Amino acid sequence: MTQDTTGKLVLPGYRRDDVDAHPPLLSPGYKSTVTRAPRQPLTYLPQRLTEITGPVLGAGRLGELDHDLTRQHDGEPLGQRIIVHGRVLDGDGRAVPHTLVEIWQANAAGRYRHTLDNWPAPLDPNFTGVGRAMTDAQGRYEFVTVQPGAYPWRNHDNAWRPAHIHFSLFGRAFTQRLVAQMYFPGDPLFFQDPIFNSVRDEQARQRMVARYDHATTRPEWALAYEFDIVLRGRDATPFEDEDDDE
Amino acid sequence: MVPEGTPGACWIRGRIVDGTGEPVVDALVESWQADPDGRFDHPDDPRGARPSTVPGFRGFGRCETDAQGRYALLTVKPGALPTPEGETEAPHLALSVFARGLLHRLVTRVYFPDEAGNATDPLLRDVDPARRDTLLASPAPDGYTFDICLQGEHETVFFAV
Repeated sequence: MTQDTTGKLVLPGYRRDDVDAHPPLLSPGYKSTVTRAPRQPLTYLPQRLTEITGPVLGAGRLGELDHDLTRQHDGEPLGQRIIVHGRVLDGDGRAVPHTLVEIWQANAAGRYRHTLDNWPAPLDPNFTGVGRAMTDAQGRYEFVTVQPGAYPWRNHDNAWRPAHIHFSLFGRAFTQRLVAQMYFPGDPLFFQDPIFNSVRDEQARQRMVARYDHATTRPEWALAYEFDIVLRGRDATPFEDEDDDE
Repeated sequence: MVPEGTPGACWIRGRIVDGTGEPVVDALVESWQADPDGRFDHPDDPRGARPSTVPGFRGFGRCETDAQGRYALLTVKPGALPTPEGETEAPHLALSVFARGLLHRLVTRVYFPDEAGNATDPLLRDVDPARRDTLLASPAPDGYTFDICLQGEHETVFFAV
């Protein structure tokens, strides 16, 4: 990636997502979208310098236990201990190394430690529900946490959110920024959840569901789930050598 | 984006409202920008990654909205940027807005008032002239004001990035 012989800037490009990969912003089954989703069409933004760069959030900013949500307080949180691990990849299957992964979640009783969450489930003094990790050179990350609980919300009659963990990813460039939710396999609440079902494509929905990973469980200690996250891939550019593809 | 006390730093403050005019009290605003010289400390900038000459400059900022839907970001004004087409982008910040009810982030840009380069900025040129003003901050005593309307008559221009 460099300036070509005429002195013009040559920038890497990122492929835009398929139409069905993300939910429509206006998804009326999810009531809050009705007053919050923009009604004007989005304006096409060419990817220029601001979009193909992004914050490089170095490992030096993380604490040693930021990835372990069960060891951030004096005592251990209640709930089923789980390991959540996976890889951050781009759309070409290449690892995204040394990138920040953030998670947040409700506690085992389904309650967030947040001023706007006041439903009558207990807070856990030993659980904040926020974690951060950097991917390694192979794009791998790992968190230790507890299984989050489902919780009610007032979107529709007797509405319950399936248990989930929020993921925030930066990737390498502003254009790759992604906030997603990870769900658990076989959750009986999927059928009535307008957020899960706002993703129209069945295969895309399944990509939000983690895989139970018995091989990574730690005997007499924790269950495990594997969750890979795919960010958008790069366009081929004239300056990318063909043998550069790993 | 910069530590408090940075010389020349300015606040960008604004309010986020929904289609009924209610404040969005649960939003998170993130910003990303070049430094005052128009440079990024990033390996994909073909001009070369360069740490900013402004001490403590990160280029990245994040703020939650308060009970009135207000956010505030402390930064230094970015420089203009060259484009692959040989044009120049006027100084701007890229903003992402996350909130309940937003199934995907919204992306917008903050441009600065009284910036001659706005007239030739290739992105502003592409925006519906009737809505262009939604991307312009207005002067404030300690910096600029940039309100964001998710919906309605004055809906902010949002981008597909």
